[in-house]
Amino acid sequence: MEQRIGVFVCHCGSNIAGTVDVKRVAEALAKYPGVAYSTDYTYMCSDPGQNLVKDAIQEHDLTGVIVAACSPTLHEATFRRAGTAAGLNQYRVEIANIREQCSWVHQGEKEEATRKAIRVIKSMVEKVKLDESLDPISVPMTHRALVVGGGVAGIQAALDIANAGHEVILVERSPSVGGHMAQLSETFPTLDCSQCILTPKMVEVSQHPRIKLMTYCEIDDVSGYVGNFKVKVRKKTAYVDRDVCTGCGLCTEKCPARTDSEFEEGLAKRKAIYTPFPQAVPNKPVLDAEHCIYFEKGKCGVCQKICPVDAVDYEMKDEFVEEEVGAIVVATGYELYPVEKLGEFGAGKYPDVVTSLQFERLLSASGPTGGEVRRPSDGEIPKEVVFLTCVGSRDPENHLPYCSKICCMYLTKHAMLYKHKVHDGQAYYFYMDVRTGGKGYEEFYQRAAEEDDVLYVRGRISKIYEEDGKLICWGVDTLTGSKVEIAADMVVLGLATVPNPAAAELANKLKIHTDEWGFLTEAHPKLRPVESLAPGFYLAGAAQGPKDIPEAVSQASGAASKVAALFAEEEYHREPVIAWINEDTCAGCRVCVSVCPYDAAEFDEEKKVARIQEAICEGCGACIAACPSGSAQQRNLTDEQIFRMVTATLED
Amino acid sequence: MKVPYYPGCTLHERALDFDVSARESARALGIELEELPIWTCCGAVFPLTTDTVMDILAPVRNLAYASRIGDKVVTLCAFCYNVLKRANKVMRDDPEKREKANLFLRADTEAREAIESYTLEDYDGQVEVLHYIEMLRDLVGFDAIARKVTTKLGGLSVAAYYGCTLLRPKKEMEFDDPEQPTIFEDFLEALGCDVVDFPMKTECCGGFQIVNEPDIAVACSQNVVVSALKRGADIIVTTCPLCRYNLDKQQEEMEKRVQGFQKVPIVYFTQLLGLALGIDEEHLDFSDNYVDPRPVLTEKSLL
Repeated sequence: MEQRIGVFVCHCGSNIAGTVDVKRVAEALAKYPGVAYSTDYTYMCSDPGQNLVKDAIQEHDLTGVIVAACSPTLHEATFRRAGTAAGLNQYRVEIANIREQCSWVHQGEKEEATRKAIRVIKSMVEKVKLDESLDPISVPMTHRALVVGGGVAGIQAALDIANAGHEVILVERSPSVGGHMAQLSETFPTLDCSQCILTPKMVEVSQHPRIKLMTYCEIDDVSGYVGNFKVKVRKKTAYVDRDVCTGCGLCTEKCPARTDSEFEEGLAKRKAIYTPFPQAVPNKPVLDAEHCIYFEKGKCGVCQKICPVDAVDYEMKDEFVEEEVGAIVVATGYELYPVEKLGEFGAGKYPDVVTSLQFERLLSASGPTGGEVRRPSDGEIPKEVVFLTCVGSRDPENHLPYCSKICCMYLTKHAMLYKHKVHDGQAYYFYMDVRTGGKGYEEFYQRAAEEDDVLYVRGRISKIYEEDGKLICWGVDTLTGSKVEIAADMVVLGLATVPNPAAAELANKLKIHTDEWGFLTEAHPKLRPVESLAPGFYLAGAAQGPKDIPEAVSQASGAASKVAALFAEEEYHREPVIAWINEDTCAGCRVCVSVCPYDAAEFDEEKKVARIQEAICEGCGACIAACPSGSAQQRNLTDEQIFRMVTATLED
Repeated sequence: MKVPYYPGCTLHERALDFDVSARESARALGIELEELPIWTCCGAVFPLTTDTVMDILAPVRNLAYASRIGDKVVTLCAFCYNVLKRANKVMRDDPEKREKANLFLRADTEAREAIESYTLEDYDGQVEVLHYIEMLRDLVGFDAIARKVTTKLGGLSVAAYYGCTLLRPKKEMEFDDPEQPTIFEDFLEALGCDVVDFPMKTECCGGFQIVNEPDIAVACSQNVVVSALKRGADIIVTTCPLCRYNLDKQQEEMEKRVQGFQKVPIVYFTQLLGLALGIDEEHLDFSDNYVDPRPVLTEKSLL
């Protein structure tokens, strides 16, 4: 095909024209083989500039266009739209960057800059000569989302997506939705009752006509790609047919086996057949075979005998359900850093050295002490309580280097609530810095220090041991430079937040990235914080990094809006400038499969060749560089194009 | 089984009771501690300067001597163990210092060849530095020791004092959890003792402060001794001659400072091991203590 290429040299005011002789560039290109039209203009991106391009395409019957201007990240889309409007395939419109990569870096060297601009544009002319006309890739899409994790972030994401008109499957590992927020007493900085604001959302998520709630379920496997995921969900054996169960609670009442309650953080017991807490959603029990007398000894069977609807079934096995979804929101949440790792604080052997979640339960009106702060060891009301921040956090030498972000605030809340309940008690709050970034947070901290007389001590505790019924805390006040020793009745550890340990395994199954600590990695730390780099995966809540409730909820809503935007189109559209494999020359060595960071390259077992899944490929070029036979090529950036571009650049 | 053994200066002179009880106990467990044919002072303190290798040449030379006769070296003194292990880590992990130290070893060899015909090969950290208690755990096994115990130490309440240098710095020593170590308690259980856990087992005894600031050293030792006493210890075991000296001898001073202070004997863990294995009392030598352990051992019918 005879090529009739148009070259449009932009002055960008004096940004380019001040350094590059744009007239000379346009004239030089006019003589270059294949160029049918060449001109220059002050602001090519302006309306008159764009019209210049459009008119020239039609008037000169151009087969390709090069706009020599700024970086393609700025105006490539602008000129491709202009090309399309004039009837030219948008993938035959290219940018030659003569601003960032030429005029701006060669100021004061007009001759050299001008010659460089000419070479840069010539190389793009060679590229455009071999550019194919392409169409955006369209992929059919399932307009249903999967949300993994039923904490507040997962709940919010599910509700927002469902309210935008799409179906949602919400999968939660434990018997109830609610996550850690359901365990909390009050929330900072407003002291709203945590359960009171959460339970309506839990109920809403279970009753929403477009949400399918699957509790006590885990993701077993995920395959496919954006718009077309196949998800295998394992329904864990509950030994209770939860469709039949009416939630009457008789089985729990009569069950003789008791074990530590996870919801109460080990501060209270639960039965072997149990609902985790009274407001659980769904409010139906599961049977924990590990602590069940029937499973241990083969005798008992009380729950089965007493169940009025015959819902208890000891023969039940795991079931698997296949679901198709178009997008996946991962909201797997956090756990506390294991207290066993804190040898200097007793490594969990002193019952009155409690974790922050245990203290939440002690403060909670629905907790094991009915909201009275009492020591786990003897039930006494503690009069001297030490609150310690940064336990495991900000300690790269021994534990974790990062800031867990929420501890300063929740410990301030703990100390304040303790003072509200125990008026003659003394609260010591040891800190490295009190970080109160958040609306109303600083005021909350000031209130704790000034109105509630929480004693803030800047320093660390180095050792805690038991002596005569007291917890002796050795520490330092770094403002006075003096050693301090406190005989406390109770110590609350602001343990670091770490990602849910099961999330790493899940991330592996989903093939999405995590950082070195196991937090999910966002596509861009500032500009794409709720997306994974892998298309179709979105992140919400503390699974991505330590977060408080408002932040987790905002991120969940953000992820939900991204899903809604994805689902706004009937089909999924994406850039066609991706890799493809020439099946005639592919030897089936699978190098491309091993290097592809997106798992877009797959091996066709029948034909014994590799293939690129168009819906997944991001066009990064890894397979192309790795392919030993040159069978992997990038569309509109083939080896031949690159060679011609290099040659054109080197010619004078 | 022969295992290369580095006694160190103190065990060669002042702490003969530690050295002899350890050798005899090892022999009873089937291990011959083979003293390095040539050895010098370990340097006593691991240098904190990072820009010189001169300060680690003494331990490196000892390790190079050890490499001539085996792939590991066992030591007892907590200071020697600390210095040897950390110097060894430098030789393993720091290629620049390794190269320089080896230049010195070569010069050393040249200088000595005429007199001792004892040449040193280049050393790259291949020897494994073991504490005697690690040798007991890994080469003998605490279970095996329990089976060889002839005199059960039941009824004797024993507290194990670790001190600082066995455990710290943790990333270099990798000996046990520096805050909640248990290796000595596990060992004592194998001997059938009533193990006394006490929170000050990893606190400092005062160390060399006893030379210039005895008040500080006494306060530190007192903190350790009183804590163990309070939890009912009849006896405290250590693995460091300096700890033993501070905890033992300073009780003279503690008596004056603490009302109703009761003295408690401080012995080396190998002395109790020897006792449990039925080794003759003359090899265990309970005579060198300020606080005589013999009355309590006699009272418990162990002597």
